Amino acid sequence: MDFVHQLIQQLINGVSLGSIYALIALGYTMIYGIIKLINFAHGDVYMVGAYIGFAAVTIGGLPILPALLISMALTAILGMLVERIAYKPLRHAPRISLLITAIGVSFFLEYTSMYFVTPTPRTFPEVMPNISFNVGGFIINGQQLLILSITIILMAVLTYIVQKTKLGKAMRAASFDTETAQLMGVDSDKVISMTFCIGSALAAAAGVLVGVYYNTIDPLMGIMPGLKAFVAAVLGGIGILPGAVVGGIVLGVVEALVAGFLSSTFRDAAAFAILILVLLIKPSGLFGKNTNEKV
Amino acid sequence: MFFSKKKFKLASMIACGILASAIFTGCGGGEQGGSTGGDAKPAAGDEIVIGANFELTGNHAQYGANANNGLKLAIKEANDAGGVNGKKIKIVEADAKSEAAESVNAATKLISDDKVIALIGPAVTANVIAESQVATDNKVPIIAPAATNPDVTVENGQVKPFVFRSCFIDPQQSEVMAQFAAKDLNAKTAVLYLDSSSDYSKSLGKIFKERFEADGGKVVMEEAFLAKDQDFKAALTKIQTANADVIFVPAYYEEVGKIVKQARELGIIAAILGTDGWDDTKVVEIAGKDALNNTFFCTHYFDGDAEVQGFIKAYKGEYNNEPNVFAALGYDAGKMLINAIERGGDDSQKIRDNIETIKDLPVGTGKITMDAATHNPIKGIVVIETKDGVRELRAKIAPEGQK
Repeated sequence: MDFVHQLIQQLINGVSLGSIYALIALGYTMIYGIIKLINFAHGDVYMVGAYIGFAAVTIGGLPILPALLISMALTAILGMLVERIAYKPLRHAPRISLLITAIGVSFFLEYTSMYFVTPTPRTFPEVMPNISFNVGGFIINGQQLLILSITIILMAVLTYIVQKTKLGKAMRAASFDTETAQLMGVDSDKVISMTFCIGSALAAAAGVLVGVYYNTIDPLMGIMPGLKAFVAAVLGGIGILPGAVVGGIVLGVVEALVAGFLSSTFRDAAAFAILILVLLIKPSGLFGKNTNEKV
Repeated sequence: MFFSKKKFKLASMIACGILASAIFTGCGGGEQGGSTGGDAKPAAGDEIVIGANFELTGNHAQYGANANNGLKLAIKEANDAGGVNGKKIKIVEADAKSEAAESVNAATKLISDDKVIALIGPAVTANVIAESQVATDNKVPIIAPAATNPDVTVENGQVKPFVFRSCFIDPQQSEVMAQFAAKDLNAKTAVLYLDSSSDYSKSLGKIFKERFEADGGKVVMEEAFLAKDQDFKAALTKIQTANADVIFVPAYYEEVGKIVKQARELGIIAAILGTDGWDDTKVVEIAGKDALNNTFFCTHYFDGDAEVQGFIKAYKGEYNNEPNVFAALGYDAGKMLINAIERGGDDSQKIRDNIETIKDLPVGTGKITMDAATHNPIKGIVVIETKDGVRELRAKIAPEGQK
């Protein structure tokens, strides 16, 4: 295999990994945009989504798409509940209290799940035939295409909601200035609740897709992707939706290239080095405007 | 300062509650003191209390929980058969939380509060090494079911008097696999793909490299991943360029399953070799039957052997799923401890002495003889090939052949 061939194969690997980071990062960045909270429990919401999808497929015997939708719906409700119970009472508390609560929620979700589903990893049954396409010597997997296409569809739906609907307008207003938006008649509690709802549904979709693609899920699966998605969100400019998508894909590609051409030992180091570099050089991220307020 | 009536009432209730509970616990303590106070040895009641210190939560929970299940089955069988020397064995469980410091805390609690006379666990090497100092200081024997690192029982060339294990050690595994690769598979080149977050994986990789190169082979590439990784394709694409005869992946089954699956998806057809971390039926579920063709690993027992059928059947009856290697080794550790107690081990010192002299003891995975010089059991090792999802015994290296 020559260099160019390997490079293109690594790009394919990177984009498929990056599109998962992007889906999780979208939820992170939406929630940050609205209430300035880095929701460390987001990775665990993703894990719960994967388990709900797993239950729908194995116990419910459903095909993949209905299972995905059910998981998104139930996880959306979970996201709203988390917000209602854990974050809403702290709306006017210092931000650090909120952050610590998020870490608490994260542990709560991890270990409650571990209690109920046991720490043993579960294997997803084969819900779709695993076809590999050999396009001119490059291997593309059917599941990679599924992930990529569902990611694109969900991003399109999200863009439509945020840009074209009344709810989206309210969300953008609230993210700009919550108090002023409230004075203009925007029900900010409802907007925040809906943000958690949409963000959690996206995380659930990512969880189910990861379960299908990589074949296993376990109660601690959300920790690393959660952190990586956080890096992706910061890289793209936290609070900015297109930034999360680009940040996720860039991160996935960088990881693949580092593992492929330098050493796989440095892969995670590279991901977090990006975080440090972004914070040092351009804290507002790739897509961020340079304001003093951000980060 | 001003208390509203309601608040004051609440506060006084809490205060009363604290007082009352203090009194009650005081009484409880007194009673306990009364019943055991007369006897010199804590085990002299009608129960024998042992401690199970396993990783029940955290990153290694899946290993710890399985080993704990195996241990509980062994003890339950002994109790159902009328106990040991007429006494029931009681297990007190503590959670090592997959961290060395917590493992020490749990062991300290078991020894000082629960007065256990022997400890089983934890599953993972680092947690056992951390715990072994506490056990040695208090002269309480440990049997570590699955900690395969040589340093667990030996420190600076000296055997730790109170630390034992019920499994073979890493160098044996790597030697067996390196020789298997060179002789049986005629491999000339190998790639190491190691879990850089695990001492287990790194030490196995190091010894494999030494042995494989001593036999005339060459390790042409070393790559690494981290436990809990999901995506291995980037590193595997690189490994593919090395075009080696074998890929050695000494790691645990969850990652192994995914690595094998993704390697085959990328079109890597080379033989993939592994060690006892592979030994779980989940590997087949994760990787798929076809992907696992042309893979080989060494482990503690072969589930088709006649002598392990009893254990497998009992385990399925109790837990309704297939035992994995951790469960089997936990069960063996339980059997060893029961045997040591049976032969007159009614305090920690005697149990220690009896474990050291275990000879030809039938356990779940075969027969065990303890090597008093190293506290490692002398035990066979098997190499298993997976064909269409079914395990086949490829080689069996007898205990004499080791060392």
